[in-house]
Amino acid sequence: MKAAEVEEIQKKPKTRKTKSVEEEHPLEKWLRMDRMPHIWCSTCGIGTAVTCFIEAIKKTTLAREDICVVSGIGCSGRIAGYIKQDSFHTTHGRAIPFAVGLKLANPKLKVVVFSGDGDLSSIGGNHLIHTARRNLDITVLCINNFIYAMTGGQVAPTTPPTAIATTTPYGNYEHPFNLPALAAACGAVYVARWTALHVRRLTNSMAEALQKKGFSFVEIICPCTTLYARKNKLGSGLDLMKFYHDNSVIVNGADPREVDIQFQSEIKVGKFIDVDKPTYLDSYNTYMKTKLGDKFKPYGVTDEERQ
Amino acid sequence: MKYWRKPLDADRIKIPEGELHILRERCKGCAFCVEYCPKDVLELSHEFNSKGYHPPIVKNGAICVHCQLCEMLCPEFAIFCVLKNQKEPAHES
Repeated sequence: MKAAEVEEIQKKPKTRKTKSVEEEHPLEKWLRMDRMPHIWCSTCGIGTAVTCFIEAIKKTTLAREDICVVSGIGCSGRIAGYIKQDSFHTTHGRAIPFAVGLKLANPKLKVVVFSGDGDLSSIGGNHLIHTARRNLDITVLCINNFIYAMTGGQVAPTTPPTAIATTTPYGNYEHPFNLPALAAACGAVYVARWTALHVRRLTNSMAEALQKKGFSFVEIICPCTTLYARKNKLGSGLDLMKFYHDNSVIVNGADPREVDIQFQSEIKVGKFIDVDKPTYLDSYNTYMKTKLGDKFKPYGVTDEERQ
Repeated sequence: MKYWRKPLDADRIKIPEGELHILRERCKGCAFCVEYCPKDVLELSHEFNSKGYHPPIVKNGAICVHCQLCEMLCPEFAIFCVLKNQKEPAHES
């Protein structure tokens, strides 16, 4: 090769291989693509829930940098690692305490806890009920697949009676949690339940929950193909989706105590609770103002709002 | 389309046409898009991708109305729809 040719090659700017429009998915800007492909099984519904969540953020007027996603441990605990937001992958069951810390340290943030049923309702059950009781302004999105999926399909507090899990080979005999009733009884201001198939309604519900002031709780029924469906001989995740299609009934405003799920029974979905209540920081500020008067400096309020 | 009375907003309604893009190598063959496409545009292919799954192929792309349900349902972020153009519906009264 001639010296002039070598020089010419060296002068040429190195072009990185860029993706054409045909290859780039519109959600790639919102996902950490270096982590893809994700760990979720084929026909798992968690990926659908993530799409709905990103679409919900786009629907709201919230700035992207103001939204934090916190996840615990489990299949759905990986969500924080895949979403390109400020996100935390925390210890088992402690997603809500981390979120409470985030919210109290910087009340401007919109903190979203996106985790599973085992993480939120059993190991982190106490945190769920007390954060709902205090009505702290965070959004909890709970993926419910009726089982501890990542650890091998053990019975979870949400497993319906007679369903088979690894630790209950003859069927489950425990009474399960009814998560919307639990959240509503503890004082959540927004409670809804959708399945992974109701993508449009789930997106709208998530957007409403994100904009709601106070503790908002959305339960997402998700198909688990590898453990729940296989152990119970229900087919694949696609068959579970077909089951949700045929057996879910939309009952907006239903009493949350009546929406419990039995094994392969009708699933009542909808928006159950939407009320207004002062949040934790609001009650703190108003109460301390009455006690301390002008000495008290309200917390989490901008200077403009203070005057 | 044939109506017994022309709808009041008929001049404003346009039928969108979508163009589907399938990222074959990312697909895990769950068939959610094939099952729930309201227009039956997709079907599962017989070929495998490098993961060993059957990705969907476009059976009849001309009837896609850009509803983006496949894009919303796909758990793998492997299918998306781009709005190609909007055509005027042919009215018969």
